[in-house]
Amino acid sequence: MEARLEDVTMRDVRELAAQGGPLVIRGMTVAYDRKPAVFSVDATFRSGRITGIIGPNGAGKSTLLRAALGIVKPLAGQATFFGTTLGRSRDRVAYVPQRASVDWDFPARVVDVVAQGLYRRLGLLGRFGRDHDDMVMAALERVGMEDFSARQIGQLSGGQQQRVFLARALAQDAMIYLLDEPFAGVDAATERAIIKVLKALRSEGRTVIAVHHDLSTVEEYFDDVLVMNVRKISDGPVGTAFTPEALDTAYGGRLERGLRDPRKALA
Amino acid sequence: MNGGDFVTFSLTPLLIGSLAALACALPGNFLVLRRQALLGDAISHVVLPGIVLAFLVTGTISTWPMLLGSATAAVVAVVLIEAIRRFGRIEPGAAMGVVFTAMFAAGILALEQSDTSGVHLDVEHALFGNLESLIWLDATGWASLVDPVALAGLPPELFRISLVTVVIALSLAVFWRPLAISTFDEGFARTLGLPVRAIGLGIVIVSALAAVAAFDAVGSIIVIAMFICPPAAARLMTNRLGAQVAWSAAFALIAATLGFTLAGSGPAWLGSENAVSAAGMVGTVAGVILACAALFGPARN
Repeated sequence: MEARLEDVTMRDVRELAAQGGPLVIRGMTVAYDRKPAVFSVDATFRSGRITGIIGPNGAGKSTLLRAALGIVKPLAGQATFFGTTLGRSRDRVAYVPQRASVDWDFPARVVDVVAQGLYRRLGLLGRFGRDHDDMVMAALERVGMEDFSARQIGQLSGGQQQRVFLARALAQDAMIYLLDEPFAGVDAATERAIIKVLKALRSEGRTVIAVHHDLSTVEEYFDDVLVMNVRKISDGPVGTAFTPEALDTAYGGRLERGLRDPRKALA
Repeated sequence: MNGGDFVTFSLTPLLIGSLAALACALPGNFLVLRRQALLGDAISHVVLPGIVLAFLVTGTISTWPMLLGSATAAVVAVVLIEAIRRFGRIEPGAAMGVVFTAMFAAGILALEQSDTSGVHLDVEHALFGNLESLIWLDATGWASLVDPVALAGLPPELFRISLVTVVIALSLAVFWRPLAISTFDEGFARTLGLPVRAIGLGIVIVSALAAVAAFDAVGSIIVIAMFICPPAAARLMTNRLGAQVAWSAAFALIAATLGFTLAGSGPAWLGSENAVSAAGMVGTVAGVILACAALFGPARN
């Protein structure tokens, strides 16, 4: 294990670049207060697929995403997007943070938040024109929130707030979408609306990665999974990686019997 | 009071007080939204040891040494707060409280022990400012505004606070989008490639600049009211960031002009001989505005 951490060199970055997937993570290790939250995770996310990152609370799922995006600083390891650094591919990467990570009492309307997705297009002082208005409204229509455009964000329900966050990412028009718990605490209608958008993104050839905690919907929502608990436990297509053994390892036998086999749990 | 007296005794303190309130209220919006209002408090206090130190080193109270000294003190304070938070395992609020009170206290001691009899710098001035003394003795009436000789006698504090207010307003306008995005959602801002740490530090530096420049006008105690009251009241008036900043500017100007006027004339209307502290009245009016906004503001919920 130790050897692998040290082995990450610039040569590896070039090798990864040659592979060129939408997101490749190598040897990612993150620690908070010297306790590892993510330990030496390797993962290759495939283009044009919806991948779920699955694991119990505190498994480091969100941390893995945030480390790949440069929001938290890893102890070791790296992530490459489309065969290059994040810095060079920011226009192709969109991030939907956890809804609870921001203060929704912030003085902004729905359109103001969605317009943040246009920042890299607009820059510091670029004029916000008609076409930008249209992009914001188009993104809101895709998540069914066009009637709420002038609403203060604090007056929205949790599900509506989640859809606004997704609309902001859609306005970025990215090639890979990384979502942190997009279905946490949302109503059923919102859950359906979000999964519809994610599937539409996939059919447009874009890549979607979502941190997810509801095991009962994994097979319905995802093509691939990454099961982890600090370390990676399994990854690949749902059919081969989302196994009772992998879940048993991830959840340490804490799952109820019925849920051990997710196929049975669904039936 | 006739025109000549007004220009001599009231015009410059009014202008300086208004600009000082504005310079603090503008960055104050972001301090309040980032839940860093206490940082504004900390900065306004650590300005004092910075100014005293700059005076001890240079022997003058001219603008640039003061600015440099306070900016240094602000940076030292931020580093200390971060260090205590990290190594002392203390929550940020407590770390700030420890650092700024200790540095402020050290500033008071240094000020008391140093020989400042030759210059206009003493403990009371540091605490409460000296708005009433910033008068324009060379002025004889409104005509002085176009008289180069009289204009040369304007208090230097006016030039200083004007410059600082313009710099703050301009940087706010230029960096508006990154400021708004990183204040609302730091993680998302990072993925856009925005330098969120630099933006956070920039807000601290700009606030320090405002605190130093406003120091003369209202002193370090009342500066904190100017940082927090107008933006907090403005938040209760609107649900849009741009409108909030505009409201905060309006409230700052109202607090400064109304406060100064009431301090000078209010007691006389009540039949008392003595004027009250202008800085104290400005801070009080700011507090009353906040109370009114909390009771009647349209965006309270």
